[in-house]
Amino acid sequence: MSAPLKLLYFAWLREKAGIGEEAVPTPDGVATVGELMDWLVGRGGGYAEAFSDRKVVRVAVNQEYVSLDHPVAAGDEVAFFPPVTGG
Amino acid sequence: MIKVQTEDFDLGAELKALTDGNHAIGGLCSFVGLVRDMAGGDKIGAMTLEHYPGMTEKELTRIEAEALERWPLDATLIIHRYGRLEPGDQIVLVAAASAHREAAFEACHFLIDFLKTKAPFWKLEDTPDGGQWVDARDTDDAATARWNLPSGKAAE
Repeated sequence: MSAPLKLLYFAWLREKAGIGEEAVPTPDGVATVGELMDWLVGRGGGYAEAFSDRKVVRVAVNQEYVSLDHPVAAGDEVAFFPPVTGG
Repeated sequence: MIKVQTEDFDLGAELKALTDGNHAIGGLCSFVGLVRDMAGGDKIGAMTLEHYPGMTEKELTRIEAEALERWPLDATLIIHRYGRLEPGDQIVLVAAASAHREAAFEACHFLIDFLKTKAPFWKLEDTPDGGQWVDARDTDDAATARWNLPSGKAAE
């Protein structure tokens, strides 16, 4: 048994997905951030809505900004959020 | 130094503590961000700042380290609040101290520009129509790009 992925959602992505944090076993065929997003969209409901415009989704793996072709592996913390608006 | 907190801060006390005892410092520059009560022409009651605990501290530390690499600084400070804030409240403080003013001014400007586009905070404004997530501004991206950052850090 490999460690699950820890998925985090922030701001309106959390509201649309309907969840802030969850642990999922690494899905078969998912090796990159982009493929993970495809898999999440396939779950339907709020996930499909949350990821409907990927240009406005930022992703961090293990708390570092990454692009959609970045690999994901068992045990990773993967966070999805809108462009930041602090300061 | 990095502080991520819900409570307010005392600007004078923070700046005094930052430079206390270091007589090599000849210039101290600070910027304080406040909650405005107008958003896109609509009056807002208050806002709630959400952030990503863990990554926030990492990004702010990275921003601070980048400033220390670029300018000869004696001290730097970033304080960012989260949680519920009212119009007029202080949200953020950045400060940079150096022997001379140029480094202090430039580093302070760099810190706030970089923070606005990299630190994982999100503003939810109260409006008459309910909570509205604030959109990121292209002008903030342009302000950061101006500093000609090393590529590969952003998620563009």
